[in-house]
Amino acid sequence: MSEQLLSVDKLGVDFTRRRTTFTALEEITFSIAEGETVGLVGESGSGKTTIGRSILGLVPPTRGTLTFRGEDITHASRTKRRELSRDMQVVFQDPYTSLNPSLTIEGILAEPLRAQGIDRREAGRRVKELLDRVRLPSDAAGRLPREFSGGQRQRVAIARALALRPRLIVCDEPVSALDLTTQQRVLDLFIEIQRDTGCAYLFVSHDLSVIRHVSHRVIVLNRGKIVESGGVEKVTSDPDDPYTQRLMMSAPLPDPGAQRERREELEKLRVDSERAA
Amino acid sequence: MSTSDKPETTLHRFLANPLAVVGAIILALIVLSSALASVLAGADPAFSAIRDAFLAPFSAGHPLGTDSAGRDIWARLLYGGQISLLGALLALVVAALIGIPAGLLAGYYGRWFDSVSVWMANLVQSMPGIVVLLAARAVLGPSIWISMLIFGVILSPGFYRVVRTAVINVRGELYVDAAKVSGLRDSAIIGRHILTVVRGPIIIQASLLLGIALAIQSGLEFLGVGDNSVPSWGNMLNEGFRSIYRAPITLLWPSLAIGLTCAALVIIGNGLRDALEERGSSSARRGRRKNVVTATAAMAALPAVDVDALDRDALDEAAPLTRPGVNTADETETIVTAPLADLEFVPEPAWSDSTPLETPEPDPSAVLSVRRLRVGYGSGPHDKTVVHNVSLDVHAGEVLGLVGESGSGKTQTAFAVLGLLPTGGRVTNGSVLFDGDELTTRSRASIRELRGTGIAYIPQEPMSNLDPSFKVGSQLSTPMMRRLGLDKRAARTRALELLDRVGIREPERTYDSYPHEISGGMAQRVLIAGAVSCRPRLLIADEPTTALDVTVQAEVLRLLRELQSEQEMAVILVTHNFGVVADICDRVAVMNKGTIVEQNDVESLFARPRHPYTQTLLGSTLEGGPSRIDLDRAEAEGAHR
Repeated sequence: MSEQLLSVDKLGVDFTRRRTTFTALEEITFSIAEGETVGLVGESGSGKTTIGRSILGLVPPTRGTLTFRGEDITHASRTKRRELSRDMQVVFQDPYTSLNPSLTIEGILAEPLRAQGIDRREAGRRVKELLDRVRLPSDAAGRLPREFSGGQRQRVAIARALALRPRLIVCDEPVSALDLTTQQRVLDLFIEIQRDTGCAYLFVSHDLSVIRHVSHRVIVLNRGKIVESGGVEKVTSDPDDPYTQRLMMSAPLPDPGAQRERREELEKLRVDSERAA
Repeated sequence: MSTSDKPETTLHRFLANPLAVVGAIILALIVLSSALASVLAGADPAFSAIRDAFLAPFSAGHPLGTDSAGRDIWARLLYGGQISLLGALLALVVAALIGIPAGLLAGYYGRWFDSVSVWMANLVQSMPGIVVLLAARAVLGPSIWISMLIFGVILSPGFYRVVRTAVINVRGELYVDAAKVSGLRDSAIIGRHILTVVRGPIIIQASLLLGIALAIQSGLEFLGVGDNSVPSWGNMLNEGFRSIYRAPITLLWPSLAIGLTCAALVIIGNGLRDALEERGSSSARRGRRKNVVTATAAMAALPAVDVDALDRDALDEAAPLTRPGVNTADETETIVTAPLADLEFVPEPAWSDSTPLETPEPDPSAVLSVRRLRVGYGSGPHDKTVVHNVSLDVHAGEVLGLVGESGSGKTQTAFAVLGLLPTGGRVTNGSVLFDGDELTTRSRASIRELRGTGIAYIPQEPMSNLDPSFKVGSQLSTPMMRRLGLDKRAARTRALELLDRVGIREPERTYDSYPHEISGGMAQRVLIAGAVSCRPRLLIADEPTTALDVTVQAEVLRLLRELQSEQEMAVILVTHNFGVVADICDRVAVMNKGTIVEQNDVESLFARPRHPYTQTLLGSTLEGGPSRIDLDRAEAEGAHR
């Protein structure tokens, strides 16, 4: 097996609000190797976003350990986190709120570079490279986020994540707010960047077809627990777990004939599970 | 994009407000003349000549006359302005120095500092300011500077609260998280991302607090508890008041100065707020997508429909077409894949040659027959057509899918049929026949009659479409009481039946729940129950499953299919998901840039898409496509060759 970039071992996260504790994640164990994409799929409330946020240090883990490049980062200090930001980046779901509306694209992209002490001129040069990398015109630098469409804003967010040449990018539903045709182009850009730079992705999505398109390995989450994990072919076309099966069968196929069959299979699953209950 | 299209700045909007400009000019004059007192006064403000007491205005050497001690009022007014304004400024600076950092820290970090500082702010605000100032004067002696320093502390919660609230609002923004992950220090995040947002409220608050400080300061001096050794507007008020019977006019000048300054500050503050809020509201509108249509509108049966709330949803759909600034450079999106480039040339609507809908005449057998529908926004040279020449028919028992990407005009078409186009939008051409009735010429009120029993609507966001302050049950039964004339008990029974019918396990409990107590999937079932409650002939569902989890979506689609065949409804399903289309639709109309580019029965459309746009859309669906392993293998083979 190739070298592990990130290992998550028995991660658990509790949220406490008004003295009641809610367990968002339990016993989450998986790892990501250099250059691979691990897809994290689940429905709302499954805890998939919380996993990404605790790896990024935005949510403190309650239990378990996170190991990045052999180093324990479970409770990394803010200073350590600032160092880690060179290797670990993020692309969020909503391209409308993940970019500060009052900063220009150049200001947004130069921010991580300047934070690492890169001088203004060098940062400016890198911003041009980054815009080119995500195929935005170089005159985009002086404009504000609101002048761009959703797909273009998401390209800006990708460029920001790439600025420090990270080894791992956490992608939290990065295409679910986009139109169909835009979605596919942005996904293909993710794949192309991975082939060129060798960075790894933790790709979080509710959509099994998106996960199938970008991931080498897939983890299925339900109510804060891993219900199934494995290679993409197995999990997305012939899953073992009943929940994964239901998840797969619930997504309608863009083909009336095939969808009729899928619907009948789903109905069978439903009747079976009701009988079991 | 030309610079004239650039969104105007806050300064532009402020300058476009005449009242605010007048306020700014008045304030500038007052400040400037006080600053230049030594040049403009022409007399020593403290020079007293008892012989010259109470000279009338326009006396030689005394443009505004003299006071009871024979001092020049004009000079005292100018020098007094220096003292009064500087005193108020001192209070403001102290308030800002305490309030803003405290607000930033409390809002950004929260925890113990937040609790302690909120408690302190409450304490300071609950103390009566005047009493504290009087006590301070008794202990520390009469000094305008000391009293203004103390008053600054009393004012500081004003800044603290505004800043804290604003920071708490932006703290959760994704771009702040992104900045953290980018490795920015907290100080840099606060300086770059947080201060820019709270800057506006701070400026507005400052103009108001400055006015308050000036008024309190003058009030103290008027009461005679100020430092009367220096000329200030408040001291002049006090002196004028003492000689009010001999020379009432001496009271006028300081009153004018104080009044004008305070009024100017309030006007400027309001102008700034308007200028800043206009910007804020436009960005908020883009941020808050697809929301709020009230349940009553959704169930389409109550006469009162929150059209305002509908506006936002619909405008969003229209946004890329109506707002020049928003959708500027989609060309870069099209550069990426060449085939899309030829989509720029959308041909005339395909219904005229490639669909079973050749006839331009309305179809009398259809429940709904739309012909050459055009929807436009605005009027004159700036009007924008968002729907062009749309023609479609829906028969009883048939589901028509209206498919397209955002901005394609699919929701606009649906709203035109519902008669719920947002303000500024109207049908500019064409006809909409519902059961043989022309809807485009009917009044809003008479279209309203149709809703519920004739046409019903299911919205996209179930949660925001139920009124949070009413129980689910009353939101379901009220429309039935109004529309079907049922009494309360019968409406309840029918509502419970409906809840049971839409697959809600404990109808009674859901009936007595508030919307926040049920899940999104349940809420959508409730809305569907409401939509079909009055047995409509036509159901318009606008992305009814987009906000739902995929397993819930499958159940909701199953429910819709059953209800539709039970009630022989005609259904228009607006969606962007071809899987949903394949699952439930009989016929499909594909929309792009406001026109229907292709219309066909569902089997033929998927088997033989004719229009290049339909082909591109179908080619973009990932469902059933290659996996990443397949893609990598293909790439490796490509490289090998």
